Amino acid sequence: MNRRLLRQALPFLSLAIVLAATFYVQPRTMSYFGLNLMLQYAVPIALATVAQMFVITVNDLDLSIGPFVGLVSCIGATLLFENPSLGILALLSLVVLYGAVGALIHSRNLPSIVVTLGLSFVWAGIAVMILPSPGGKSPEWLKALMTFQMPVIPFPIIAAVMIGLVVQLALMHSSYGVIARGAGGNPKALSRAGWSMMNTKIAMYMLAGVFGVLSGLALLGLTTSGDAHVADRYTLYSIAGVILGGGEFIGGRVSPLGAVVGALTLALAGSFLIFLKISPDWQIGAQGAILIIVLALRALVTYGEQKR
Amino acid sequence: MWPTSSILLTTPRRWSRASENLTPDTIRLDGVEKSFGAVQALAGVDLVVAAGECLGLVGHNGAGKSTLMHVLSGNLSPSAGTIAVGGQTYERGWNAAVTQSQGVRCVFQELSLCPNLTVAENARIVHAALKGVGWKDRAARLIRDKLDEIFPGHGIDAADEIANLAIGKRQMAEIARAFTVTEGALRLVILDEPTSSLDAVTARQLLAYIRKETARGTSIILISHLLGEILSASDRIVVMKDGRKVADRLAAEFTRNSLVAAMGSEAREHRRGAVRKAAGDVLVSVQPEPDGGAPLEARRGEVIGLTGLAGHGQTRMLLRIFEGRGAEVKAASAFIAGDRQSDGVFNLWSIGRNITVRSLRALRGGGLIDLAAEARLSEVWKEKMAIRTTDTANNILTLSGGNQQKALFARALASDAAIILMDDPMRGVDIGTKQEVYAMIRAEAEKGRTFIWYTTEIEELTHCDRAYVFRNGPIVATLSALELTEEKVLEASFAEHAA
Repeated sequence: MNRRLLRQALPFLSLAIVLAATFYVQPRTMSYFGLNLMLQYAVPIALATVAQMFVITVNDLDLSIGPFVGLVSCIGATLLFENPSLGILALLSLVVLYGAVGALIHSRNLPSIVVTLGLSFVWAGIAVMILPSPGGKSPEWLKALMTFQMPVIPFPIIAAVMIGLVVQLALMHSSYGVIARGAGGNPKALSRAGWSMMNTKIAMYMLAGVFGVLSGLALLGLTTSGDAHVADRYTLYSIAGVILGGGEFIGGRVSPLGAVVGALTLALAGSFLIFLKISPDWQIGAQGAILIIVLALRALVTYGEQKR
Repeated sequence: MWPTSSILLTTPRRWSRASENLTPDTIRLDGVEKSFGAVQALAGVDLVVAAGECLGLVGHNGAGKSTLMHVLSGNLSPSAGTIAVGGQTYERGWNAAVTQSQGVRCVFQELSLCPNLTVAENARIVHAALKGVGWKDRAARLIRDKLDEIFPGHGIDAADEIANLAIGKRQMAEIARAFTVTEGALRLVILDEPTSSLDAVTARQLLAYIRKETARGTSIILISHLLGEILSASDRIVVMKDGRKVADRLAAEFTRNSLVAAMGSEAREHRRGAVRKAAGDVLVSVQPEPDGGAPLEARRGEVIGLTGLAGHGQTRMLLRIFEGRGAEVKAASAFIAGDRQSDGVFNLWSIGRNITVRSLRALRGGGLIDLAAEARLSEVWKEKMAIRTTDTANNILTLSGGNQQKALFARALASDAAIILMDDPMRGVDIGTKQEVYAMIRAEAEKGRTFIWYTTEIEELTHCDRAYVFRNGPIVATLSALELTEEKVLEASFAEHAA
């Protein structure tokens, strides 16, 4: 029982440790502005992680989320800036397209990894066609929202907590969230109870699309200009964030709060490594090492739990 | 016309049982057929279940019981024929959503719970009405009340995650879930081998509840290989064979022997063979753990039974022997799983691969697997175990449950293991298959193999040379073949509870 609690607390512990280490290495980060600066890029990563989590909930994997976020940032910096209604229409159709991909994957029983890997090039291609080189402009309201100065508590922290709580409520506590997680746990049982697996998958993919769009817009608000390749790393960040947060690849076991915390941990780990003056060439490797350590810890805890 | 006559046959009975209940609360199947390619699984079945009736359904593997059940529950749509329920007749468009709304529920043998959800959340899955504010509390209350009603003293919390429950408790949760009602009437509950993972006490609680539920007007279809259960719980019994109904009579008109005769396999009396030759050297010896109990010992050529209430330490003992933890084991052992789905078959592999996986080391030639030898081995054991398939290259899931279990037996017996550990392997296996496997166990024991056999069916202990009764972990009684009676086993299993 204690071990189960320990496993659930692990994402939060990891975050606390990385945060403490950052404060130790660079005490000046322990301030309103320090935290604001360090965590602002965690918001789009957290949104992309939540998008990934919806797909993982139904036992699929989305390898296209990074380029998708990039595409959204390009649309946001061009269409949405020049012609807001057309831009919104374009973003909405992207969400519908995501749902259609879910329908295709389910109806043809295709491996999601293959389909989304292919799609990642499609998204990147469209993005490059819209914006061949970085440029465009973020709509003012987006910029204003993302650089909003909250009193006392930095905005990124509030945003991350809000995202985590809303999704936690929807997926873990609402009656429809149960259906979504059940679809990952035992699809057969779900369809035997009269639910449509097709509709469930479409809904989850569309939610992933919605959060992908939000992530792209949040990122655009921070960078203020569009770039097709700005979020290529997000694919792996988002998967790592979900797993770091206590989720599992199959079986409908996910934790929205954990996923957001996982995303924060990854973003912080990046800053931490910069403060350690580790060259950017080694940063991905070092982040991977952090990931492996946390997952190894979790495996140890789970192993002990099964042994009893 | 057949349908009309079957209505006439059953209506008077309905009046006599529940005179106030004259609504057409029956399900009626007329000429239902189902084919899978060239195989006709159901060849025109007419079936009527009256309100408040418990219908027993028996038949061999491949008789069409499972197909019929999947059709009834809306998972398969019939190739021909009609299904009438709640005053509506369905020719097509009969699916899981319709069965849910018509109050037809099914407890499948391979359980349909989501392991990642809690007991209460699993109740939500079958109840569209459990939504909105406070749904979790309502779901928890619903399932808790039903569990309390069916299985008093069940020890299941509505907030328990299914994955953390033992298989017996999962089955209890699923059974209770099938009987919960929110909106709409509950008309029919189909129970497929509901007691396969339950111990004697909970099984009895369930059978008592079936009586209670049918008295309220709910119909129940009970599928079980435990004929005693069928005979005592059912009002009427339908026997199926080769996709057809071959007998349909009141339960009182059947006896165990006539039922088995109707299914088409001869009823063999369970009798022990001649007194066996003196057993060989000790292969397994397990000293009791510090918390007490008796030691366990198994000699070469012995068949050892592990019994007692389900989940009281028998599987743990098997695993201890298999892993050699705190046990002295002098020969190689093989494990035959009872929970086929979770630790038995390799779902994606062929029948042949499933059989040979335990013997790959012996099949090596120059560092690689000798494919010809592997094919030969699986072919030999397919013949020996009479696994019903045209080709061992077929996927393991093309086999019926009983035949999958035979493949698991073949896996263990084809190996070099001298000790065969069996974890209640006959769960939900038909009588014909059981008899074949019993004979095989005898023959292999004669050849010097040792069997350690956990069984939840007391009848199966008649095949054992000695049995150990478990209670709350340790062994509380050791019974030799001569003292092995049902009374003795029950006495040892329950001694403490009576005090």
